[in-house]
Amino acid sequence: MAHPLPSGNSLARLFLPAWTIAVLVFLYLPIILLVVYSFNNVPNNMDLSAHWHGFTLRWYRAMWADRLLMQSVRNTLIIASAVTVVSIVLGTGAAWLMHRFVFPAAGGLQTLILLPMIIPEIIMGVSLMLLFRAIGLNRGYLTVIIAHVTFCFPFVMAAVQARLAGIDPSLEEAALDLGATPIRAFFSVIVPYLMPAIVAGGLLTFTLSIDEFMVTYFTYDARSMTLPILIYSEARTGLKLTLNAVSTLFIAGTVILVLAMELLRSRR
Amino acid sequence: MPQAVAIQPALNVRRPGWRGWGLFAPMVAWLALFVVAPTAILLVYSFFTGEGIGEVDTHFTLENYRRIFKPVYLDLFWRSIVYAGATTILCAMIGYPVAWYIGRAPASRRGKLLMLVMIPFMTSFLIRTYAWFTILHEHGLLNGFLESAHLIPTVFSHPLNILYTPTAVMIALVYTYLPFMILPIYTSVEKLDPSLIEAAADLGAGPTRSFFRVILPLTWPGAAAGILMVFVPAIAMFAVTKIMSGGHIRLIGDEIQEQFEGGGDLPFGSALGMALLILFLVTYWISAGRSAKVLRGT
Repeated sequence: MAHPLPSGNSLARLFLPAWTIAVLVFLYLPIILLVVYSFNNVPNNMDLSAHWHGFTLRWYRAMWADRLLMQSVRNTLIIASAVTVVSIVLGTGAAWLMHRFVFPAAGGLQTLILLPMIIPEIIMGVSLMLLFRAIGLNRGYLTVIIAHVTFCFPFVMAAVQARLAGIDPSLEEAALDLGATPIRAFFSVIVPYLMPAIVAGGLLTFTLSIDEFMVTYFTYDARSMTLPILIYSEARTGLKLTLNAVSTLFIAGTVILVLAMELLRSRR
Repeated sequence: MPQAVAIQPALNVRRPGWRGWGLFAPMVAWLALFVVAPTAILLVYSFFTGEGIGEVDTHFTLENYRRIFKPVYLDLFWRSIVYAGATTILCAMIGYPVAWYIGRAPASRRGKLLMLVMIPFMTSFLIRTYAWFTILHEHGLLNGFLESAHLIPTVFSHPLNILYTPTAVMIALVYTYLPFMILPIYTSVEKLDPSLIEAAADLGAGPTRSFFRVILPLTWPGAAAGILMVFVPAIAMFAVTKIMSGGHIRLIGDEIQEQFEGGGDLPFGSALGMALLILFLVTYWISAGRSAKVLRGT
């Protein structure tokens, strides 16, 4: 339903769409340029000038050959997958248990869970670094995964809680009345009902983990280096066009994923 | 549905048995180990003494906190607040009309418009920051455009040197955080009852008056959430400022990062972290009252 603005606001009618388009141009311009220049046939991998030298796929070939780059891409995807699985289990479990039972101090617990979502990332990073140091856990895949899960699973929990707020309690009652054990009822009735929220929370977790830089910075080691860390450290010596190529593939993957989700949703 | 509400307590309000607790325990343990314990360790470390090369002396001292009040570090905090504040204000001014336009668009188009805003932010923020190099570079697109439009010899005497200046930092910060402002404001705008705006107009309020007296107060929860979601991460950012200023502009995040790298002073870094945490809590306390509802709603 369109709500017209108050009369006498014809200027706003023109201004608002024009402003929104201008902002969208601002948002997309750097990304489009990044994609376009990943095909630029400049003689040097580190040439960032805007001059166009013709089309090439060189940087995509060079990207495959760059072992450090490929290692970091693999790490990023492995870590994001692990983080997503653990976050879904923890987040869905926490949301369901807190919905189903009354725990003492549940309010305080809720705040504590949501805290990592909003606390400055650098504080999470350095404090986790001190913890791992104190308990003698060497930095590596495990420390990065733990750090990511800590700020990612609240997002799954929040999404699942939002959907649980609208659940019909007779759904579970019916299952229990028909003789299902509470665990069976949870997996065959509740989980399917929560699936849209779980998928949404999981996708958000995956994208958050792939992009995470600040917390990772204080918890990774050379072997578990992720793509954002590599980009940051390479930028000090000068950016390479192979990074444009990798980013283009990530952007393409994201757009395909988003469009697929949208298609799935509109079918329902 | 009053019946549903009446049924709910029977199943819902239930004390957890040993099984409930057993399932819940790992969650509590995770929080205790990875949220509470690290913060406690940060606090404890901030009272230790740094011995250089990452070593610490565990004798209690207040020296680290005293050191924060030296002009060098107060400047760092102040500069961080200024940059984060300017980013927040610019994001609000740029983002509010967009959020308003999307929130008032026909419902069928809202989702698509919102997705258009979100897609760029699903790519790495570091990549997006570097993408600005192609534009702001001395031989970049902006100067190329200005030259081809003959604006460079006429309006500007020589090519613009924006990269590695505060302007470049501001552009990148606003670019990084804009969607975090647009989303929560949109949530508030979408819920706004249009008849209230009409009523204000009917009662003779002009557009400016109805904006400040009706629209802004009603969408304030969203704006407050946006302020929180932009100001808090912006104040502690180190990567974007370092990249766009070429390392010339140092904020509090840069100082903390350096103290926690090999050879840094961990206790002093911890004290800076605690100070930042207190700053965060104050910001949160000021803006959270109104924004809490929106944050919980998203």
